Amino acid sequence: MASSPFMTGSAASTMPAHWRDFVALTKPRVMTLVVFTGLCGLLAAPGHIHPVLAFTAILCIALGAGAAASLNQWYEADIDAKMKRTANRPLPAGRMDRQSALHFGVGLSFFSVLLMGVATNWLAASILAVSILYYVFIYTIWLKPRTAQNIVIGGAAGAFPPVIGSAAVTGDVGALPVALFMLTFFWTPPHFWALALFVKTDYSAANIPMLPVVSGEVATRRQIWFYTAIMAAAAMAPVLLRLTGLIYGLTALLGTGLFVIFAFDVFRRRETDPSRMGPERRLFKYSILYLFALFGAVVVDRWVFA
Amino acid sequence: MTPEEEKQVRSRQKSRALVTGLLLAALVILFYAITIVKIGGGH
Repeated sequence: MASSPFMTGSAASTMPAHWRDFVALTKPRVMTLVVFTGLCGLLAAPGHIHPVLAFTAILCIALGAGAAASLNQWYEADIDAKMKRTANRPLPAGRMDRQSALHFGVGLSFFSVLLMGVATNWLAASILAVSILYYVFIYTIWLKPRTAQNIVIGGAAGAFPPVIGSAAVTGDVGALPVALFMLTFFWTPPHFWALALFVKTDYSAANIPMLPVVSGEVATRRQIWFYTAIMAAAAMAPVLLRLTGLIYGLTALLGTGLFVIFAFDVFRRRETDPSRMGPERRLFKYSILYLFALFGAVVVDRWVFA
Repeated sequence: MTPEEEKQVRSRQKSRALVTGLLLAALVILFYAITIVKIGGGH
């Protein structure tokens, strides 16, 4: 667990942080998927939104995600310092003091929510606020250091963007964005645990109860397979509920089929050497492509059959 | 603080001020565009 977040680390610099470190604090690479799923939710929503307001809505989703990431790094600076993958982040590397990260994260949170409310509607702004609070308090502070199921429940934070994007257009929460929420929610465990299998040593060093560390690799492989089965059902739900058409249906069928094959391969293997975890890496990389493809198909489907 | 460190601090402050200025200018344009859309009845 992190020590007091109000303490300034010994490595903290008296030098003002470079502006690039504030950008790094927002985890721009993670933001790509958030922006894409939010944009797809917005484009697939029934209704019309002015392009300027659509741009503002996506900007707010991106800023909200950046704010949540900043607050996550503010709280986890001590943990990040113990992992090779995160040790060079601005706070553990001593390029920024903790208070700057806190002020930046809180300021960005308020700004993104208020701008969303003023530019689109307050339902979208409220869901954005809930997603930031969920990520910071439920995931980062509460679940992540306490349970090996942290990824499952915490994954909901990453599933909000399509709901926010859709609400920005319609002013309500429809069945399709909820279905996309469920897809992203059940996609997160196999996606993240595939990564956790081959970076296990990092989480052990930081004492984070990641599933492979707490329950072992065999249990993790079983859980990946279990959540892949639920994710497959969630992926086909929009077709079965007639919320989408043929383009999404075929993409989901083929994409999910391949996902199931890759996940089964990971499930039946017993490899423990991270350097020989080719199928695990393949599942992780493919899972990203899979989510992009399915969300893209929702939009194309809507535009073709609308 | 050594003269080198002071020089680096000034340089960072300058680049941060420049980026902040550019962001503020971008926000002025964005808020202007949002206002025009809202006044024009766009939603």
